[in-house]
Amino acid sequence: MPQTRITPLALMASLLRNCLRRTPSSVRQLILLTGLLIALPAHALAADKPIADTPNVDQTNIEVDAVEDVDPPISFESLLDPLAKASFSEKEKVVDMIVEEKFSGSRKVLAAFLDNALYFDAQTGQVLIISESEGQEDSYFDAISGDALSGYSGDAKKIRTNNGLRKKLRGAIARFDLDDDNAVVRLGAIKQLRDDPDDEIMPLLREQLKDETNEEVIEQLTVTLAIFDLNSDDADVRLSAVQRLDGELGNDVYNRIKILTEEEQDSQVKSAALSVMTRIEGKRSFYAGLETTFFGLSFGSVLVLSAIGLAITFGVMGVINMAHGELMMLGAYTTFVIQQMMPDHIGLSILLSIPAAFLVSGLVGIAIERGIVRFLYGRPLETLLATFGVSLILQQVVRSIFSPLNRSVQTPEMMSGLLRINEIFAITYNRLYILIFTLIVFAGLLLILNRTSLGLKVRAVSQNRQMAKAIGVRTDRVDALTFGLGSGVAGIAGVALSQLTNVGPNLGQSYIIDSFMVVVFGGVGNLWGTLIAGFGLGIFNKILEPYAGAVLAKIFILVFIILFIQRRKQGLFPQKGRAAEDH
Amino acid sequence: MKMGKGLKSLAAGALALSMGLGSSMAQAADTIKVGVLHSLSGTMAISETTLKDTVLMMIEEQNKKGGLLGKKLEAVVVDPASNWPLFAEKARELLAVQKVDVVFGCWTSVSRKSVLPVFEELNGLLFYPVQYEGEESSRNVFYTGAAPNQQAIPAVDYLMNDVGVKRWVLAGTDYVYPRTTNKILEAYLKSKGVADKDIMINYTPFGHSDWQGIVSDIKKFGSAGKKTAVVSTINGDANVPFYKELGNQKISAEDIPVVAFSVGEEELSGIDTGPLVGHLAAWNYFQSVDVPVNEAFIKNWKTFIKNPKRVTNDPMEATVIGFNLWAQAVEKAKTTKVDTIIDTLPGLETPNMTGGTAKMLPNHHLTKPVLIGEIRDDGQVDVVWQTEKEVPGDAWTDFLPESKVIEADWVKLKCGNYNTKTKKCSGQNY
Repeated sequence: MPQTRITPLALMASLLRNCLRRTPSSVRQLILLTGLLIALPAHALAADKPIADTPNVDQTNIEVDAVEDVDPPISFESLLDPLAKASFSEKEKVVDMIVEEKFSGSRKVLAAFLDNALYFDAQTGQVLIISESEGQEDSYFDAISGDALSGYSGDAKKIRTNNGLRKKLRGAIARFDLDDDNAVVRLGAIKQLRDDPDDEIMPLLREQLKDETNEEVIEQLTVTLAIFDLNSDDADVRLSAVQRLDGELGNDVYNRIKILTEEEQDSQVKSAALSVMTRIEGKRSFYAGLETTFFGLSFGSVLVLSAIGLAITFGVMGVINMAHGELMMLGAYTTFVIQQMMPDHIGLSILLSIPAAFLVSGLVGIAIERGIVRFLYGRPLETLLATFGVSLILQQVVRSIFSPLNRSVQTPEMMSGLLRINEIFAITYNRLYILIFTLIVFAGLLLILNRTSLGLKVRAVSQNRQMAKAIGVRTDRVDALTFGLGSGVAGIAGVALSQLTNVGPNLGQSYIIDSFMVVVFGGVGNLWGTLIAGFGLGIFNKILEPYAGAVLAKIFILVFIILFIQRRKQGLFPQKGRAAEDH
Repeated sequence: MKMGKGLKSLAAGALALSMGLGSSMAQAADTIKVGVLHSLSGTMAISETTLKDTVLMMIEEQNKKGGLLGKKLEAVVVDPASNWPLFAEKARELLAVQKVDVVFGCWTSVSRKSVLPVFEELNGLLFYPVQYEGEESSRNVFYTGAAPNQQAIPAVDYLMNDVGVKRWVLAGTDYVYPRTTNKILEAYLKSKGVADKDIMINYTPFGHSDWQGIVSDIKKFGSAGKKTAVVSTINGDANVPFYKELGNQKISAEDIPVVAFSVGEEELSGIDTGPLVGHLAAWNYFQSVDVPVNEAFIKNWKTFIKNPKRVTNDPMEATVIGFNLWAQAVEKAKTTKVDTIIDTLPGLETPNMTGGTAKMLPNHHLTKPVLIGEIRDDGQVDVVWQTEKEVPGDAWTDFLPESKVIEADWVKLKCGNYNTKTKKCSGQNY
């Protein structure tokens, strides 16, 4: 059931791909990946069946042409029956036999086996395929004949698989799929076989190449054959194979070429391999840099998101709110609660959680401001202690209501998986969405602060409270609303965090230090400073991480900020003019 | 229990009351007190809360049978809140103030190291139910979880011999258990001829949540043409984002299997296991083991916790074994006096939950079977490999030169770290 679905992301991906177009061969490579991309959402739809990697594993009416009316020497039945009691290595042998004999139901049985849907009924000795689909009753099929068994009520046991067997099964199914009418299926099959090449399959692929009409499939076939040809005894074959692989980025190509540059005897082939490898390495380091940048941006977006609410309460209002992290935690728990209320609509529940979390955290924020903080303006130390107390209270409240255990918030399917740009560079959807989400929240806040009357009043009060009061701004109300706004944004950050990390009572604690770090580094009272500081620290962290490790990288960042603040007390973007005098 | 000593003790008190234990506190004199020292909040709560409930279940069952020595058992639950120094304080409270007869507790090694001096100073009795890095044998502690030779080494052997792994990622949380285990594993791998460049070691802080860079590095490390596996000693709730990221980056178990030493059924029940199918876990017990004794254990647990969806796991089994051995020792010695119990325990046997027998050895470790399983899509684990019989726990590993010569024997040698070369017991030196 391959379904095509164009998502905004797929469109974005194609834009991105256009930007990345460089050489003609990579263009073709990219067209090829378009197919893959379209198949991706379909794959995501089938995500509840975790090991269904080939898009049409469930497709049942595959025609296998090999079997004629003559009875094969080994019957399908005699192969399948002992499966239930066989060891994993015996099962692998059975799979080999099934591939060799090409029974009419082979593909279906193998696919069911891979899908953990193959069962054995010890009482009747029958091998069954049980397909489960959500919301419907299980349907039963006889594995050998493929006939539906209505009203089956026996006690069948699952025939188990392990990693080695599943790998074998994927390879076996790929062999059947080589003849499939659908080009996407053929492509998947060849990719599968490319991972695990053997001498037997190569002649088959060469045959395939003769009849193949689809360009993407031809491309994939020639690359696969070229990798295989690198082992050829004929230096000319090796040379043309090396030339064919120029511009390919895949790991298997890189590894093989690298071995060739070390072991090759023929000087011409060796020099060709060396120059191809230099080019591949150049591209690989380019994409590695791109990847690090993306990781940095994505880590930075989490920092920005968690700090931006604080940039308002701390930056604009000057309140040190130690309960900021707990307001994020409330946002995350709001997501959990909404998801519990509508378990069938995970994607929708996340969208609904955004305004809900904003309201919940915003109202709690206003309550904190009205109840505690407003009596403490101008006394930062007392504010710090009081809000720290509030943070402990909020943690304990959540612990009492939801238990101290972490709650799991499900990720909607559109947010899991990879956006594959090319063979070595891919972006995870959840990170991409959160990056975009951060930018939207940031833009929204800027708009509110710069374009609305509330924003005007907020800025007026923060710049000169007395003067604002004198011209009739109700500073009390503005204070409460500003604090509510900052807290509400923290709630929204909590929704995003629920997709990345554990939702538990301690969620806030792990982000509060980072949040203050970003705000102080970026310059108190400056939203742009927060944005740039967050992304900057994120990228800096991710550049350091591979060399220093996660623990040391964090220490380096903290040391760096300590030194930086010594030099520039106001952070990256200090406020200028009279407004700065208040701080 | 003093109420009003801050919110935490208030909550702990409420917890104890709600479990109907408050009433038994009045009659403290004629009960046997059992201390429970597990984090009920913080990063380790995900794992440790279950063990607290397991001890409570065992106490309830024992009380139904009439208690021990004609006395009822009484649980004293404290919450060290995943805070390692607080573990020591709470241990002192249990031993000195509450005067408990035995303590079941701790999960992380850092918490165990933190309470160790307290137990030795006040001569307490601790049953430690979690797999750990070894290199320790205290007179006052009984280790009912696996030593490295009962978990880590067999798991690596399986990957090396049965899966054909040639390149190794040792990923762990940054504290004593992963660091020591990885040190042992590194020495072991090198003794098997694995080159330096084929071993990648990575540490992350507790509760780490941004795994994208590390997982991507693992992916790159694993795509060098040799079969690669990840040996994970990542502990606590950092596992959830770690496995999520593995799933997101589409690292399948068929390409790069991850074998985890700290992830069991309980941890899996909190996450979407779809992307994890096929990744490995190495333990001494799995819920899926199909033997009558295990079936009864699972049924008891589900009835006690009043939730048919709850799962059992290895540290729970270790807690049960520890409890049964202690109860057996008390009955045999006819006292709960710590010194007598310590002398009675070695040599005692009790059935484990996988159909075999657990025997307490003179080095205060158990004999245990080693099971390796693949994670199923329902969060359960299928056994794919297991040792033929129980493996005796070795406190001091044979794969590090400095601990190879050390032996623990509390029966004959009366020493937890006897150096067989210098023929000396080095005392408090672990």
